[in-house]
Amino acid sequence: MSQPIIRIDNIVKRYGPLTVLDGLSMEVMPGEKLALIGPSGSGKTTILRILMTLETISEGFIQVEGEELYHVKKAGNLVPADERHLHKMREKIGMVFQHFNLFPHKCVLDNVTLAPMLTKGMARADAQKRAMELLDMVGLADKAKSMPAQLSGGQKQRVAIARALALSPKIMLFDEVTSALDPELVEEVLNVMRKLAAETDMTMLLVTHEMGFAHDFADRVLFFDRGKIVEEGKPEEIFRHPKQERTQTFLRKIIAAGHRV
Amino acid sequence: MIDWSGYIGLILQGAWVTVQLTLMGSALAVVVAFAAGLGRLSRFMAVRALATTYIEFFRGTSIFVQLFWAYFVLPFAGITLTPLQAGVLALGLNVGAYGAEVVRGAVKAIGREQREACIALNLTRFQAMRHIILPQALPLMLPTFGNNAIELLKGTAVVSLISLTDMTFQAQVVRAQTGSTLIPFATILLLYFAMAWLISMGMRWLERRVSRGLDGVRV
Repeated sequence: MSQPIIRIDNIVKRYGPLTVLDGLSMEVMPGEKLALIGPSGSGKTTILRILMTLETISEGFIQVEGEELYHVKKAGNLVPADERHLHKMREKIGMVFQHFNLFPHKCVLDNVTLAPMLTKGMARADAQKRAMELLDMVGLADKAKSMPAQLSGGQKQRVAIARALALSPKIMLFDEVTSALDPELVEEVLNVMRKLAAETDMTMLLVTHEMGFAHDFADRVLFFDRGKIVEEGKPEEIFRHPKQERTQTFLRKIIAAGHRV
Repeated sequence: MIDWSGYIGLILQGAWVTVQLTLMGSALAVVVAFAAGLGRLSRFMAVRALATTYIEFFRGTSIFVQLFWAYFVLPFAGITLTPLQAGVLALGLNVGAYGAEVVRGAVKAIGREQREACIALNLTRFQAMRHIILPQALPLMLPTFGNNAIELLKGTAVVSLISLTDMTFQAQVVRAQTGSTLIPFATILLLYFAMAWLISMGMRWLERRVSRGLDGVRV
């Protein structure tokens, strides 16, 4: 049995008096595809943001590939990590955002090549070659010279996926990547993610409200409520035979709102 | 009948001094505006405190007093400046303090989402600022920078107080010598307006240049 690639150990996240994550522990195995579902405010997006080091944690520990994410050993003690350590750890992780967060002043190709050139010292020609492969994979090779403002939402999100992949992370975080899209554009993004799941052995964590997609995509589904994992299991179990009442209620509401399961 | 050509020449000599002051003062103002504006956003408390002190001090005291200090008081500290140097220094530092707040505001206006994308792509703070934040913040700064440059141009007239023969000073000289008020003052009115107009045009051109591709919605 291999080691978990992510180990979250009893983390607490507070915003002032509000506790968003309350003593959460979980493990993710290498190559696993995980779907995090639950009502808004349940803490699922916060977990992705914490893994991407966009937030800090109030208590607890996180290990990525056996290495502490937020702490470093100093004279035998674990102390909060400095920027240099975070910089090193971030190499393992990539993230795709709900609102794409493309760089509006750079063309599609430059959006994808910028980080590999700056952070890995990749030569421009190499970075461009790799970027074109990735853009081809997401079906946007012909848009390489377009500016983000000229693209549809679905196209923007596919560029954002290519941009994150350009750094070859071992772990990819997808934060509600289709929530900001018009309904008819959702499928083109999901198709790219299906392809990615089939063709790579990347570990993927997905926060989503697309229950049908979570069902097909994930190896394991975690249902969150109020900062805790209420229930977890194979998609079949969670979606067809949820045990917990809160899971049942949530899924009923989602179905009533017109989402396919 | 007065021979105006010589007097107009005098005013044009003054105009050249005004142009020099404006250009050099603006250059200094831009440099300190970025230094202090970014300094106020620094992670380091000492840098923030230094930048804030500079900004508040130079916005909170009069340009006249600053000019007198640069020209009359600094020599006591062993630093003797020519009138032009003192003028550039006072104008640049004064307008730079206002510019610093413009830089800070524009940088802060670039949203959290862009910063988070930079973190997710593992850029360093410096790389994020240099490649992502500043290029987007610059178009936001330019209209106010244009205002500041015009303010600086008009502020140059104070240097006549430290014996620098700028355009306004020369107009006073011509008025005293010819007894004509209308012609010298009408001339400098037009010249100031023409210079301000040039600044406006220049800034508009720059704005178009730096915001190329940024038209339409923000991503």
